[in-house]
Amino acid sequence: MSARAEIFANVRHALAVSGNEAPRRRSVEDRLRHAPQGVIPARGQGDAAARLALFRDEAERVSADVTELESAQQIPAAIATFLHDRNLPARLRCGSDPYLAALSWEATGLHVEKGRADPSDLVCVSHAFAGVAETGTLVLTSGGDNPTTLNFLPDTHIVVLNAADIVGDYEAAWQKLRMVYGKGLMPRTVNFITGPSRSADIGHSLLLGAHGPRTLHILVVNEGA
Amino acid sequence: MTASPTSAQFVLNAHQAFEDEQLQKALHLTREGFVANRAAAAARLPEFEALRDSARDIKAHTLGLLDLYLEAYEKKVIEAGGTVHWARTGEEANSIIIEICKRHGAKTVTKGKSMVAEETGLNDALAAQGISPVETDLGEYLIQLRHEMPSHIIAPAVHLTRDQIEADFRRNHADLPPERDLTEPTALLAEARGVLREKFLAADVGITGANFLVAETGTSIIVTNEGNGDLTQILPPVHIVLTSIEKVVPTLEDVSQILRVLARSATGQDISVYTTFSTGPRRPGDPDGPEEYHVVLLDNGRSSMLGTDFADMLRCIRCGACLNHCPVYQAVGGHAYGWVYPGPMGAVLTPSLIGIDKSAPLPNASTFCGACESVCPVRIPLPKLMRHWRERQTERGLAPQAQRWGLGLWGFFARRPDLYRLATRIAMPLLAWLGRSEGRFSRLPLANGWTATRDFPAPQGDTFQAQWRKRTKTAAAHGDGE
Ligand code: SF4
Repeated sequence: MSARAEIFANVRHALAVSGNEAPRRRSVEDRLRHAPQGVIPARGQGDAAARLALFRDEAERVSADVTELESAQQIPAAIATFLHDRNLPARLRCGSDPYLAALSWEATGLHVEKGRADPSDLVCVSHAFAGVAETGTLVLTSGGDNPTTLNFLPDTHIVVLNAADIVGDYEAAWQKLRMVYGKGLMPRTVNFITGPSRSADIGHSLLLGAHGPRTLHILVVNEGA
Repeated sequence: MTASPTSAQFVLNAHQAFEDEQLQKALHLTREGFVANRAAAAARLPEFEALRDSARDIKAHTLGLLDLYLEAYEKKVIEAGGTVHWARTGEEANSIIIEICKRHGAKTVTKGKSMVAEETGLNDALAAQGISPVETDLGEYLIQLRHEMPSHIIAPAVHLTRDQIEADFRRNHADLPPERDLTEPTALLAEARGVLREKFLAADVGITGANFLVAETGTSIIVTNEGNGDLTQILPPVHIVLTSIEKVVPTLEDVSQILRVLARSATGQDISVYTTFSTGPRRPGDPDGPEEYHVVLLDNGRSSMLGTDFADMLRCIRCGACLNHCPVYQAVGGHAYGWVYPGPMGAVLTPSLIGIDKSAPLPNASTFCGACESVCPVRIPLPKLMRHWRERQTERGLAPQAQRWGLGLWGFFARRPDLYRLATRIAMPLLAWLGRSEGRFSRLPLANGWTATRDFPAPQGDTFQAQWRKRTKTAAAHGDGE
């Protein structure tokens, strides 16, 4: 008997089922189709302004930096200032995200490279799919627009988030994702990112910047403000 | 080859743990942090208790329909272009992984933290085939340098002090100049980051575990703080997920419920830094990500826990809260438990996975204080399950061995006045249990510290030493020698 067949036989024997029972099959199909929601924390359930405020508080609580901008056009200048203030070179890497591509980078003197991250990249910029207010979490999706390596290889990760994309809870992020990718389908990678990388493995103290970025800088673009 | 257990010598292991000053120092440093952080995180979320119920119910629902959810999960992985492999045993899982590595001519593999890989002894199996495994979780990397097992399921190197880590780096990192100052923990972190960055970039295959699998989408999930698991799985051309069959949950909504209790129970974070959802290999147009995606699903005794008293244990989400709140774990650390899974969860799971005959002392390594159950995010009745094991031991005639163990444990705790309180909590129920058939002990050496504050069974006239000799003889007569 194959390993697969034997494992299924053992599971079914232990559960005293054949696997063909209609009510069991229905129960599984229903749950997978309807994806019922469980307990949703009240704290993310405010209006757009409350969600933005909560997102910001929660992200800062886990050592992310958050800057609010009134328009997308301010993004290049905001990044240039940020890099200058931190003594970082005026160069960055991003994917082919059309929202980022539409910005006028040249005026700021920033050198922008496109594509997946290279190990020598110090700064990468991504455009988030969503933000989740309840824990200050960024949701990023893989693909040519925002390659996943941008999220992990650089020392500094800058993430652009539209205030309109801030949802209250993880469940709302999944609903948003299903509208784009379809029910039951996912991009290769979805990253929930909550603050910069950290470790408590050395000397029992929490240190920022383990293998991933030491700095997570979030630019929230709030055009409705 | 499965990691070989020393669980049967818990007493000896625990004894050594007490003598180990570095270990006691390290344990002392962590003790309060975990407990206070969990309490603060739970207090910050009014829905926390309701979410624990929800998490418990989701896991229980899934386990009752496990065959069907596994089928649904497998179908989605295949649709996304991935491959699912099934392994009855650790050996089988290791051979599947070795076969994939060989097909790709792999020389080095990077590894994210995986307790299942510890369970199968994957590193030794890879090394035996000339493939070098590199642990990339900092804690796992530290213990790999020392050829040790993890001492905690979420903080594998929690037993090490800063000084030990510096010494290990100086011993192992050939390029590290002797004059470099590593006093600050941040300097040690930078050193490890630099060394491991090279390994990430050179790896031929990346192996991670999975905290959860999602049947709805065919997704595997890893939860980390360092980002090592992500570098492990996005840089090499092949990503292998090694995990076990009980990790599946139905939907993204369901896993979101459980994520809300996982990090809060584990480290006291609201959510870990990186929660990563992976579905199949890279897609057309993707500039990064692995070209092949394999999932190896291990059973290794889990299917036979279903439908038994121990099925509840399969709800475990490996948060580590039961370890962090256990007075026995806090006193002896993880290595004393002698195998991959320590603390209360290990005391229940280890006998299921490697056999009670090889782990007889573990279900007795408890003070019966109930702290583990009170913090378990999926409400596993750990003390009850330990009791079930003890009942089975009695039924299967393993009791004499356990009784001798109990006396030995009492002996070494009793020699340490500072541990009287703890020892009393451990030993009293044990002694009550030992005393069942032949009455109570009359006098225990060095017991004054206890009897002053505790009711002790009334003397019956026989000395402890006499009882001890008698019991040893009885045990020997049963042919139960060790
Ligand atoms: S038994 Fe419960 S508390 Fe212990 S590791 Fe598992 S889920 Fe966490």
